[in-house]
Amino acid sequence: MLFYAVRRLVLLVPMLIGLTMLVFVIARLLPGDPVALAAGPNATPDVIESVRHEFGLDRSLPMQYWTYLTGLLHGDWGVSIFTRRPVFEDIMTFLPATLELVAAAMLIAIVVGIPLGLAAAVYRNGFIDYLTRTVALGGIAMPRFFLGLILQLLFVSWLDILPLSGRFPLIEIPPEGPTGFYTIDSILAGDWYSLSLALQHLALPAFAMSLSPLATIMRMMRASTIEVLQQDFVMTERALGISNGKILFKYVLKNAMTSTLTVIGLYVSWLLGGTVLVETVFDWPGLGLYATQAILSQDFMPVIGVTLVIAVIYLLSMLVVDLLYGVFNPRVRYA
Amino acid sequence: MTLLDIKNLNLAMRSFEGETQILHGIDLVIERGEIWGMVGETGSGKSLTGLSVSRLIPAATGRYLAGSIHFEGRDLLTTDERAMRSLRGRRIGMIFQDPTTNLNPVFTIGTQLVDVALHAGHADPSILRLSSNASGRERKKAARRVAIEMLDKVGIPNAAARIDDYPHQFSGGMRQRVLIAMAMIGKPDLLIADEPTTALDVSVQAQILKLIHDLVAERNIGVLMITHNLGVVAQICSHVAVMYRGRILERGPVGDVLKRPAHAYTQALLNAIPTVHTKRGELRGIGDIMQEISR
Repeated sequence: MLFYAVRRLVLLVPMLIGLTMLVFVIARLLPGDPVALAAGPNATPDVIESVRHEFGLDRSLPMQYWTYLTGLLHGDWGVSIFTRRPVFEDIMTFLPATLELVAAAMLIAIVVGIPLGLAAAVYRNGFIDYLTRTVALGGIAMPRFFLGLILQLLFVSWLDILPLSGRFPLIEIPPEGPTGFYTIDSILAGDWYSLSLALQHLALPAFAMSLSPLATIMRMMRASTIEVLQQDFVMTERALGISNGKILFKYVLKNAMTSTLTVIGLYVSWLLGGTVLVETVFDWPGLGLYATQAILSQDFMPVIGVTLVIAVIYLLSMLVVDLLYGVFNPRVRYA
Repeated sequence: MTLLDIKNLNLAMRSFEGETQILHGIDLVIERGEIWGMVGETGSGKSLTGLSVSRLIPAATGRYLAGSIHFEGRDLLTTDERAMRSLRGRRIGMIFQDPTTNLNPVFTIGTQLVDVALHAGHADPSILRLSSNASGRERKKAARRVAIEMLDKVGIPNAAARIDDYPHQFSGGMRQRVLIAMAMIGKPDLLIADEPTTALDVSVQAQILKLIHDLVAERNIGVLMITHNLGVVAQICSHVAVMYRGRILERGPVGDVLKRPAHAYTQALLNAIPTVHTKRGELRGIGDIMQEISR
């Protein structure tokens, strides 16, 4: 299993090189001139050319790509034309915010979705099954940004119990720590006041984001639980006196987790790529917001950098899921 | 006291198309030391009779119209689920047909055996050979020890090491041995075996039957062996009951019924067994004997 994990990690390298090439070429082929945009409407052709030279955009495409690729290896991810800062630094600033949001959303989705899915399967066609079915339908059908707006209307305008947007109050100093997650960093520092502020800001965007994975996990869990409950070994376990609770939470749950795991893995990356809308609605200073700005100003380097980071996280989460299959199902062999 | 006494059992099952009566007045008495073979066609109600004894037919679909099932004098049909559960795995053991699907594939056989042993030990601490005030850790350790002994007893070689293997690491015959160990670990007084050898090849079948036979002889328990194989009945059963469409047509000691079948259906069933004298392509079914009888 260790060998398998190492081999998968090594295989990441050629995949990522291929990906940079693809994104690099596509970004350059787009119409429009980012340099003119960055230099401003009143810039003379001389100024535009000097900016172009400054960013190395006057050289041939293969040359630019080679410079970029070698730079990547020692942490030089290029410079953003828009923020005028190194892309790597920008990403390290914005990535924790997005990761925290996605992690919180997935946590809600898993912690709520799995038990509700189990309950819906056990009380099949009962009240809770119909309730979760309705919620699931709404959760999948409703766009996340729209749900975000409704949440803001409800909890901010009417009830006035949660902050409208942002990650932390502007007048407060956000907690600092090794993870970059405000919640975890404030717990590590034992700063409960900051934790409560961070949680208040996190609540609405995380909930808005969690609803669609929650709905999918719940439905997936229900379907696979119903399937497992009909297996012969459940009858054997019942016939030998094992309690219903133990059968469900120990013997059935582990069997039913395999297919749900696939969905969880896919959703982690899907959420990462799709944070833009929620981050925009809640003015959340994350990667999505940063990428949108970069795309709108035709700022290549950040776009490639963000794509790369999301790809790495996607591939890593797939690897984790593949390794977890082995935990839940002993018949899986890694070769 | 009589071990198992089924009187006039009438069961109806519901489906989308309505309710149908499945069992029509089943009467059956099983004493300790007796191995009752229950034979009949698919759908004749053999398995549902077995499941009724353990009360494993869901209340949502099955309804008992009349009758009683007395287990050591206690009527199981009026026993609540909680009390029933303490009987299952402890006083009443069950083995089912297909050893490939009746073990949970994602847990080691040890985990599954230990849980049954713990459950049985909860009802009767003497099974784990502990006093009733033993700690949780002691009980788990004892349950594992008992599980290894049981695996050893059913003929799993190197049981102490193999207890941590998963079901897919065992052959079909070995898995059925594991299931027998699970059914017998609680030292039941009644064993219900629902076609325990149907999914196995003939040589393994003989080993499994011998194993069941020896365990029964050693512990002096009663067995309800559901099968549609008259060869199995002839090999290990002391008594046999022939079922057809939810009724028991004929019953008695194996020698009597198989040598001198009184009912025409039993005769037809015995005639349907091919012998060396049967010509190629000349398989005898039971035909429409029942229609002729009811006419």
